[in-house]
Amino acid sequence: MTTEVSKTLIPVEEIERNFREIEPALSDTEARLEAQRCLYCYDAPCTQACPTHIDVPAFIKKIASGNVMGSARVIFNANPIGASCARVCPVEALCVGACVENTLMHQPIMIGRLQRYATDHAMREGAPQLFKPNPHNGKSVGIIGSGPAGLSCAAFLARLGYQITIYEQKEKAGGLDTYGMAEYKMAQIDSLTEVSWIERMGVEIKCNTKVGTDVTLEELETRHEAIFLAVGLGATSRLHIPGEDLPGVYEALDFIDQVKTRQWENVPIATSVAVIGAGNTSVDAVTQAKRLGAEHVIMVYRRSQKEMPAYHYEYELAKSDAVEFQWQTAPVAIIPNADNSGIAALRCVRTQLAPAAGKSKRAEYQPVPGSEFEIPVQMVIKALGQQKRVSFLETIPGINLDPAGRVKVTPESMQTSNPKYFAGGDCVNGGREAVDAAQHGKIAARGIHFVMTGERIQLAGLDDFKFPIPLTGF
Amino acid sequence: MADLKVNLAGIESPNPFWLASAPPTNMGSMVERAFDAGWGGAVWKTIGEPIVNVCSRLASVDYGPVRMMGLNNIELISDRPTEVNIEEMRQVKRKYPKHSVIASLMVESKKEAWEEISKRVEDAGVDGIELNFGCPHGMSERGMGSAMGQVPDYTCMVTEWVKGATKLPVIVKLTPNITSINYPARAAVRGGADALSLINTINSVMGVDIDTMIPYPNVNGKAAHGGYCGPAVKPIALNMVSELARDPEVGIPISGIGGIGTWRDAVEFLLLGATNVQVCTAVMHYGYRIVEDMIDGLSNYLDEKGFASVQDIIGLSSNRVTDWGNLDLKYKTVARIDHSKCIQCNLCYVACEDGAHQCIHFTQIGTKKFPFVDEDECVGCNLCNLVCPAPGCITMTRVDDGQQSMTWREYSAK
Ligand SMILES: Cc1cc2nc3c(=O)[nH]c(=O)nc-3n(C[C@H](O)[C@H](O)[C@H](O)COP(=O)(O)OP(=O)(O)OC[C@H]3O[C@@H](n4cnc5c(N)ncnc54)[C@H](O)[C@@H]3O)c2cc1C
Ligand SMILES: Cc1cc2nc3c(=O)[nH]c(=O)nc-3n(C[C@H](O)[C@H](O)[C@H](O)COP(=O)(O)O)c2cc1C
Ligand code: SF4
Repeated sequence: MTTEVSKTLIPVEEIERNFREIEPALSDTEARLEAQRCLYCYDAPCTQACPTHIDVPAFIKKIASGNVMGSARVIFNANPIGASCARVCPVEALCVGACVENTLMHQPIMIGRLQRYATDHAMREGAPQLFKPNPHNGKSVGIIGSGPAGLSCAAFLARLGYQITIYEQKEKAGGLDTYGMAEYKMAQIDSLTEVSWIERMGVEIKCNTKVGTDVTLEELETRHEAIFLAVGLGATSRLHIPGEDLPGVYEALDFIDQVKTRQWENVPIATSVAVIGAGNTSVDAVTQAKRLGAEHVIMVYRRSQKEMPAYHYEYELAKSDAVEFQWQTAPVAIIPNADNSGIAALRCVRTQLAPAAGKSKRAEYQPVPGSEFEIPVQMVIKALGQQKRVSFLETIPGINLDPAGRVKVTPESMQTSNPKYFAGGDCVNGGREAVDAAQHGKIAARGIHFVMTGERIQLAGLDDFKFPIPLTGF
Repeated sequence: MADLKVNLAGIESPNPFWLASAPPTNMGSMVERAFDAGWGGAVWKTIGEPIVNVCSRLASVDYGPVRMMGLNNIELISDRPTEVNIEEMRQVKRKYPKHSVIASLMVESKKEAWEEISKRVEDAGVDGIELNFGCPHGMSERGMGSAMGQVPDYTCMVTEWVKGATKLPVIVKLTPNITSINYPARAAVRGGADALSLINTINSVMGVDIDTMIPYPNVNGKAAHGGYCGPAVKPIALNMVSELARDPEVGIPISGIGGIGTWRDAVEFLLLGATNVQVCTAVMHYGYRIVEDMIDGLSNYLDEKGFASVQDIIGLSSNRVTDWGNLDLKYKTVARIDHSKCIQCNLCYVACEDGAHQCIHFTQIGTKKFPFVDEDECVGCNLCNLVCPAPGCITMTRVDDGQQSMTWREYSAK
């Protein structure tokens, strides 16, 4: 039996139905009534909770007043990828979680969905002239990576009058916004629409162009006065167990990449699927495997449910999708089927809390001797977190990385230890959310502008400009 | 982007949004913060006779979950020394030469008193004077405020005194606590007023605490009637503004006030003939910051509609307000219910049954019971449409052929 399933397990129409947006767009009436419910707090907790500090009450009140384009401008002014963030942000942990209506009525304002209402409106109209860019200042900045960090930095610098080129190794721009977000949260097309809006601000994006291979760092350095590293993270970490390279074993990112093509016939899937890991990516993998028609999807996690890194509401989603869970279970081998053409089972061992958990914050688990067992599956998805792009970053002279492989920067400007290079997003914070990357891009834009011109500017959602230490110019 | 500059009786402002004379314009530092937030002008909190205030001095009515649908106050004019207020006006005007600073005045009914204070504020460099003939409580007991505004001859007389003492444009702020707004307005015009502003607050008692039996706002066990303002008063203000905009004996610019909180409210006042607008309650509720969306929303609206200047929309709806006798009796509409949008709340049914003309009936479609309108019986009153919570579900559809028209005037002349 082969695990490379080339046709769908369930009818395509059913898959399409399963991948409909989990949070559909609000109607005009819903949006207006919800916006009117907003108290219009001052110095609002939601705005503070948003990593890009969008003025949430202001954009919501503009929806209530019928100034929807003005609402979109407030959003994009603080966050150029406000349309994707409206769909993919973990709002329960951010703005919505901070809404005062949680206490008052136990029913927070649907901030994410209102944000989507406003940004959808703008995108539908082609977001005409939301911002008038400054005239060209004759300076050029190169950006490596077209994900949230790169796009955000590009948008702010383009508005300031810079010539911007983004280099992107993939075929399409948008980074994980385009290739990584669960398709039921945001369809790929929506990410691409936002990308093209940013392109229309005068940003040039060169896809299929890997820096280090298709173009050298030296070439970039001669073309551009400054370079912003927004390379994100790399491939999924390895398990280091036997059978890891069998057909039927996938990296979560590759699996999701396939899902996002919506070519359902070509997306790998099987009746029983094990997903290793319990982070948000793992939830995205289990829920999408279920939506593709897998009967049994089993999440396998070394620690207990308490330590699960995924957001609580993501866990709830997995539960409501009838995902099965194997807590305190570590994979030890992937067992091939009879003719080695695929997988027969995932062999696991139970774990228990180590007696002396030591100083580490996270509880340490160790295998229980003799507890090995097998879970019959035909497909294994590894969702173990992504590796840092250390080998690429190390080719840049004078760049310092921390022991975990993250690029070290001055937080006020995102400047690296090589003054020509700035960095932000996952490659700096080690992997957080799209909105955090967007904020990094904005801080970097201000930092780059300061280093190039000496001018201190205010950008929406940034603290007053105070650089405690003088920046290194070049 | 459309030009938002307006000119009210010679007073130029960067936009039509002024703060009304009230707590938000109590002192220089506040007005400066308001100008920084974007307000185009400010009518300073009324200055004049020395006063003492009570507490509390505000009460409000809520509507469902919405706080402060209407606000009521028993505050008097400024309790700060006149010379301090005037000095601050001077400083603010010097710092913000392009913004409009208006002094609001109220003194006892003596010619010299009005002349003296008018000259002092003129000397401070303000752009205009507003005469507060509207305050309905406290001051009126001392022969000021609405006690002036309710007697057209007084209104005319004091306006003349002030006009004789100053070259500044004089705006007369009218009280709505009268039977017809036209008479005091015409009196102000006779007295030489350059513009009118309205409305000031409406006499009101805000409610009673039924446990203590003390009405609001409670001042040590007693309450007094106060001035009503906020969203609830907008329709009253719109009516009075449109009355004056259409009155040929008025013919001077109008500053619209009463229940304005958004750019939409402002557009309505402008369409009915106001040259600019003033805001109080909405700022007391949400702060100066609301002006940002007022400017942004108005500007987007003008661009969308293709107007180059906000001045182009002033009074565009004025001639659409007319006397009842000029309305077309032949214009016929009936209600139509779109079943694809109906949510079966049946509110239209009960409204028509008990509150109108019993022309909505039910029909069974599949498993559901839908209301429908007997169009022969429907008088087109609009009630069902007003109560329907589902947008677009009920439409008032024209059913006459549009070929004939007949007003009551024409009908009764026959
Ligand atoms: C499966 C998954 C699901 C996620 N879901 C969510 C979610 O629902 N909500 C949320 O807020 N966040 C989510 N995240 C996190 C979010 O995607 C990241 O935090 C965010 O994309 C980081 O942005 P970035 O710009 O730093 O990096 P990326 O989005 O990773 O972009 C980096 C880009 O750089 C390009 N690149 C790298 N090296 C080179 C080179 N040498 N030359 C040219 N191009 C190069 C890459 O191809 C890529 O396009 C998810 C992450 C994953 C992995
Ligand atoms: C607390 C309070 C104090 C006010 N004081 C004055 C005043 O001193 N002089 C004046 O002309 N109007 C005064 N007003 C009336 C306002 O200027 C304005 O005419 C009225 O509130 C209607 O506008 P609004 O609906 O935007 O509040 C006051 C209103 C309030 C609520
Ligand atoms: S609003 Fe300010 S002045 Fe008024 S009662 Fe509250 S704290 Fe006191």
